[in-house]
Amino acid sequence: MSPDLLPNALTTGILMATSFAVLLTMILALVRATLGPTVFDRVLALNMFGTKTVLLISVVSFVTGRSDFLDLALLYSLMNFIGIVALLRFTQYNSFSDSVTSSGESNQP
Amino acid sequence: MNFIVFAILALLAITAVAIAKLRELWAVIMFTGIYSFLSASWMIILDAPDVAFTEAAVGAGISTVLMLSTMALTGKAEEIPRKKSLVPLFVVIVTGATLVYGTLDMPHFGSPDAPVQVYPDPSFVKRSEADMHGLPNVVTALLASYRGYDTLGETTVVLTAGIAVLLILRRNDEKDEPTQLAGNKTP
Repeated sequence: MSPDLLPNALTTGILMATSFAVLLTMILALVRATLGPTVFDRVLALNMFGTKTVLLISVVSFVTGRSDFLDLALLYSLMNFIGIVALLRFTQYNSFSDSVTSSGESNQP
Repeated sequence: MNFIVFAILALLAITAVAIAKLRELWAVIMFTGIYSFLSASWMIILDAPDVAFTEAAVGAGISTVLMLSTMALTGKAEEIPRKKSLVPLFVVIVTGATLVYGTLDMPHFGSPDAPVQVYPDPSFVKRSEADMHGLPNVVTALLASYRGYDTLGETTVVLTAGIAVLLILRRNDEKDEPTQLAGNKTP
């Protein structure tokens, strides 16, 4: 990170407020995941939680002035995407196999 | 910076309690994903990006999928235990107290006289040849002798993973098993 991006007093305050807002959103997503009546509320809460983690890591990397954390944030968003795709695929087809049956049938042997 | 750490730790505790309380296994898997995301971001704040990297890849990525596929083979709901016993609570409390007692000997976080700041001193490299009875390679001496138990554990993990992969591949070869799912038959 170039030295002019290192935080001064004002940007530190802004970054702290941002991380506070992100943490608040994480708490709200956790509440939704706990209460969520349907599966899709919980899937959405998990996806949102992963996105907020990426944002929190980015904010922390700017607070501490270490730009190598941003690569980790990229990895987290990839992981989040793969996990959500696997989850939704499982929700729809009830298996991870290649040959996909229609969603109405149950795949129980 | 401190309030981020405290908030993440509080969220971790809340998630753990929710995992213990929930009886719907689908939601439990969601919560384990949330838990590993949280612990990974906490490890990043503790300045351990490599551990956080592994936690994100294994905890949030692979283990969620593994648990889902396990749930596809078993049931979706956990049976609610009828009787409550105090033995698990006792075991958990004793284990936790032992772990906390173990941390009392550790140096403070970021303390300058911690072993990670003091080691390795150059004499370690110098005397390795005499310690190892003339072994010229310092890396081999470190891996095979000074950290021998660590390396043994790592090779055990790798061996276990290899055996697991071989078992999975062997199971896929038997195509005409009666346990094959009905939807997987090729037309």
